Amino acid sequence: MALLRNLRVRALAFLGVLGPGFITAMVDNDAGGIFTYSDAGARWGYIPLWTLLPITLLLVVSQEMCARMGAVTGKGLSDLIREEYGLRMTVIVMGLLLAVNFTNVAANFAGIAGAMELLPVSRYISVPLGALLVWVLVVKGTYQSVEKVFLAASGFYIAYVVSAVLVEPDWELAMRSTVQPALLADRGYIAVMIGMVGTSVAPWMQFYLQAAIVEKGIDSKQYRDTRVEVVVGCVLMAVVAFFIIVACAGAIWEHGARPIQSPDEAAEALLPLGRYAFALFAGGLLCSSLFASSILPLSTAYTVCEGLGLESGVDNDFDEAPTFYWMYTLLIVLGAGVVLIPGFPLVRMILASQVLNGILLPIVMIFIVRLANREDLMREWTNGRFYNFVAWSAVAVMIGLSILLAAFSIFPSAPVASMPSVP
Amino acid sequence: MERSRTEPVRLVYLTELTGMRLIGPKGTRIGRVKEAAVSPREHPRRVSRFLFGSGRTKFAVRWDQVRVFEEDGIVLADESFVPYHGDENHLLLTKDLLDQQIIDVNGRKVVRVNDIALRVARNGNEQLWVHEVGVGLQGAFRRLAEGLLPNRIIREVQERMAPNSIPWEACNIVEPDPQRRLRLSISHKRLETIHPADLADIVEELGSEDREALFETLGEEFAAETLEEVKDTVKTSILHSLEPERAADILEEMDPAEAADALALLQKGAREDIVRDMEPEPADEVAELLEYEDDTAAGMMATRYLAFPLESTVGSVVASLQGEDSQVKRLTHFFLVDADGRLVASVSLGRLAIAPPDTPARSLAYRTTVEVGMDAKAEEVVEVFEKYNLYALPVVDAGRVLQGQITADDVISFLSPELERGL
Repeated sequence: MALLRNLRVRALAFLGVLGPGFITAMVDNDAGGIFTYSDAGARWGYIPLWTLLPITLLLVVSQEMCARMGAVTGKGLSDLIREEYGLRMTVIVMGLLLAVNFTNVAANFAGIAGAMELLPVSRYISVPLGALLVWVLVVKGTYQSVEKVFLAASGFYIAYVVSAVLVEPDWELAMRSTVQPALLADRGYIAVMIGMVGTSVAPWMQFYLQAAIVEKGIDSKQYRDTRVEVVVGCVLMAVVAFFIIVACAGAIWEHGARPIQSPDEAAEALLPLGRYAFALFAGGLLCSSLFASSILPLSTAYTVCEGLGLESGVDNDFDEAPTFYWMYTLLIVLGAGVVLIPGFPLVRMILASQVLNGILLPIVMIFIVRLANREDLMREWTNGRFYNFVAWSAVAVMIGLSILLAAFSIFPSAPVASMPSVP
Repeated sequence: MERSRTEPVRLVYLTELTGMRLIGPKGTRIGRVKEAAVSPREHPRRVSRFLFGSGRTKFAVRWDQVRVFEEDGIVLADESFVPYHGDENHLLLTKDLLDQQIIDVNGRKVVRVNDIALRVARNGNEQLWVHEVGVGLQGAFRRLAEGLLPNRIIREVQERMAPNSIPWEACNIVEPDPQRRLRLSISHKRLETIHPADLADIVEELGSEDREALFETLGEEFAAETLEEVKDTVKTSILHSLEPERAADILEEMDPAEAADALALLQKGAREDIVRDMEPEPADEVAELLEYEDDTAAGMMATRYLAFPLESTVGSVVASLQGEDSQVKRLTHFFLVDADGRLVASVSLGRLAIAPPDTPARSLAYRTTVEVGMDAKAEEVVEVFEKYNLYALPVVDAGRVLQGQITADDVISFLSPELERGL
């Protein structure tokens, strides 16, 4: 018994080192992430791999900015937007965030539905149960102890690494694609690119990470360690994305390019692992979806209420923070509810939610970069030139891609002359 | 046209004031109000300047240039304006107050300013006095609807909403810059009327600069009591942000056990900086306590307790108690020790009150003396407390020499995080 307890203490101490940066990066690979990368690999093979380098750079830059702002000011991102840009701007940003995050919540309940249907359990059982579980975990304050379980379950991503090796992909082509940018004049391809950026550098993560840094009381003196952790988390996330794409390219695309339309198609990427591939995929998808559905609605309600100056946080009870609890509850109930609409296209909606992330990202990014450059807020911790360059370029590119996507959606056959094509 | 004295309070909201027309004595339109300033050293609530002008060149209208506030504008007595280049003695209502966090001293919480209500006061000319600060839906609605709906409709709608405002005298602005604090005659003294535990909750919600400002200005003893109640993560960042000298002053006021717990949160270097600045006596006590493990009896105990010689009588104990200004926190028990300081008995202070003065103190003692060793585990301490229904528990070393006492509140502080974790 004593030995058991000792082991437990040691395991917890190890996990305790994993701070907000690492947790954020792991939640980043939620149902949206898994399906977006799978779809990218299954449809376009190795071609989209090149986006991972700039995405990682952008992710590091954006996450680091938010972590730094949290550590230096001790305030959340929505607090800062409110204080510096006023109520009206805050309401607009919070409204957009609420809408986009709602689709992300729904995407993760779709992830739960998809995972359980592989087992097979009907979504009409799994989704309500999942929603109830998440709600109770957080409201009853037991979430903290479960978080470690979710984190440990992130080890599931190793399955993709193993699978990517076993499937014997074209490594040479994969490596070449990683460093060779390629744009295709295709609506689907542009949507995939926006989705990849949107799922990796999701707007909600920026708010979540900064709030977590503040909540942990990390200040500018302790910040150096946090920075390392944030960077490691981001790189790890990108590595996982790389192997998901390669596994899907090797296992699916090599036998004929096709979009991912259902969870079992995404699970095919793990087929090299043998007969338990589907169960493994289901387990991993379930855990990461549950993980994200615990954090996302909570983080959203918290962010919005903080920005609007309303009481928030699970430390308050229902009477003290009614808006917070209602928003939190409705996000879960409605998010789970839409998944239960008969004929709800699970995977298509998951992918669409990540594209919305990508469209919202540049807006949020503009606030982040401008705030991180404010000397009165950040003192000696303002952005360097390289940071601003990366961030502003990303804003420009993402706005450009969103406009292109809109143009393609309105004029599906419009020719885009200036784009280089790929062999 | 004389108005009657029973006339209802005429309110102008800051959102209405900004944008209001300034009208010259002959009816010329001069501009629109952009900002209003209060000079607290002249008058705590009167708006002393109205600023107008576009871009960088702003002009100021003094309060005594105003004749009357009318529906369609502010009528001035003359047209002599001076350029405004900012004034350190001015509190700018929009810039410094709107959307910022302030402390509601009556409600004992941190709130965000949605709007500011100004009262029209007549004292020779008409003046605007800050009346109250809106923190609820009313103010938020007005902010959002301003300019989109006619004023009359906004006022009608808002009257149906629940008011939520704080009288100006209960608003405490936290100003990090000491110079400015002086110029704006902002004091944090009023915060000392709040219970330290409530102020601790407030502190946890503030940004790091504001927190630092509070702990720099509160009385040492009060700051110490508040710091004890602040959660660990925030405690760390407060101690980091303070000058070591100031931190030392505050920690000296704390119970050495609490001070040691707080210091244990810091890195070695930061900790030593603070201990070096403490007076020798508390510094030694704290240094010794820092050696003990957190989850042992020695780590939990306070080193200030009451101990008297074995042969004391009720009268002699009472006399010595009355004589000194006791630094013992929880006066519930005292202990009787032999000539070598070894524990013999514990006595409830309450029993002193009902015994004649010549009674030997020993005869009031509990029949059996319960104590724990320094290295007893915290769980064991809890069990002992529970089993014997204790309020205070003496801690002894290997030679039974009394070293400290653990009181019920120490046990509760140990248990409450466990409860929160849902174990």
